[in-house]
Amino acid sequence: MAEKRYELNRQLAQMLKGGVIMDVTTPAQARIAEEAGACAVMALERIPADIRAAGGVSRMSDPKMIRGIQEAVSIPVMAKCRIGHFVEAQVLEAIAIDYIDESEVLSPADDVYHIDKRAFRAPFVCGARDLGEALRRIAEGASMIRTKGEPGTGDVVQAVRHMRAMNAEIRRVQNLREDELFEAAKELQVPAELLRFVQENGRLPVVNFAAGGIATPADAALMMQLGAEGVFVGSGIFKSGNPAKRAAAIVKAVTNYTDAKMIAALSEDLGEAMVGINEQEIALLMAERGR
Amino acid sequence: MTIGILALQGAFAEHADMLDRLDTAHVTIRKLADLERHFDGLILPGGESTVMGKLLRDLELLEPLRERICGGLPVMGTCAGLILLAGEVEGGAPVFATMHVRVRRNAYGRQDDSFDTEDDFRGIGRIPMTFIRAPYIVSVSGGARTLAETGGRVVAAREGNQLGCAFHPELTGDLRVHRYFLDMVRAAENHI
Repeated sequence: MAEKRYELNRQLAQMLKGGVIMDVTTPAQARIAEEAGACAVMALERIPADIRAAGGVSRMSDPKMIRGIQEAVSIPVMAKCRIGHFVEAQVLEAIAIDYIDESEVLSPADDVYHIDKRAFRAPFVCGARDLGEALRRIAEGASMIRTKGEPGTGDVVQAVRHMRAMNAEIRRVQNLREDELFEAAKELQVPAELLRFVQENGRLPVVNFAAGGIATPADAALMMQLGAEGVFVGSGIFKSGNPAKRAAAIVKAVTNYTDAKMIAALSEDLGEAMVGINEQEIALLMAERGR
Repeated sequence: MTIGILALQGAFAEHADMLDRLDTAHVTIRKLADLERHFDGLILPGGESTVMGKLLRDLELLEPLRERICGGLPVMGTCAGLILLAGEVEGGAPVFATMHVRVRRNAYGRQDDSFDTEDDFRGIGRIPMTFIRAPYIVSVSGGARTLAETGGRVVAAREGNQLGCAFHPELTGDLRVHRYFLDMVRAAENHI
């Protein structure tokens, strides 16, 4: 993949910062999301909560359904392919998707290898639980990272854990001596050059969003205060009582994430939040998929 | 001199980095109370114009900022920021509508069609230009003047205190467009 193309893809993620990317399953939902202030939508047949409920193998969405959503909105449209399923990624690239999410929400197609994302023109976002995973995905060509969290649960605990883990490791790396960097790269199983970038800049070389279990404006602001540069909201919106209102409230909470008075006002009368499942109650930990 | 950067969504931090490199103070604008702070110029960053337009309205920033722009506050809009300034928007709704330009949103297509190039910018010279799902200027009217074209499309224009670029000078590391804008701010200060 040309360096320039990778740069442009990294830069598209920069334009999404401070924004909310929402899961949508129909053109109508996509329009609600856009009107509520989503900076991009993730087109998928079933939101994670329903994937979880349905069980079985979950795959890339029908390209026709994705195209319907591309036609419905003017903001960037993302779609998911299975971990390691490079042909699903080729298909998504063929329909000019703006971002491909190589996602643990779908059933993995390869239990060893992730997609060589450098072979694509289309940008990729990947989930990560810690610095090692994030840098491995970036080495493979991801131009945006998100926490894995635990999708479809409405429980923010894992997104918090992943964001804290990543940031704690970044702080640790910043304090390493030059000669200690190589050993750290070996431990984390990542290229030393990427780790050096982290050491020098105190952040990932690409934009880092929070995802997985975010259900309320306060959840979104929590992730922003913990250092996320934006949030993905999946099941949290369209599994709630008043999707349009909740979506708009989450968008505003992400912009003004340190303004507690505003978040208080935004949190009023949002109707029923998604029911949610606790981590201990889940049979399937999607975050365990892909390393 | 202090520059206000609209920080509702998008690549506002990148503009702050450019201003840091030019030793220029800046403040972020996210809500109405932020307008009480003093600033001499305003930057509207790249991002999603639909998001920024909605938040400008919902957070009641639209009218006060529009009044200041009409009152001569120097403003630079990049990509989505240009769309916010444009009087006419193909594929979207006008927001500030203070500049006599007609723009087309996502004019080049989807992300696959994003590109970078180099071309002349009047008064600056040849500069790198990065276009991310960018608009271009379909037509310039009234007091607006074309400052840059590439591939036969107008990609930068100025109308008095307003500067609009379809590309992202904040992403290339080249400080000259920001310097050009700071000169506009200085000129406005001297004028007053």
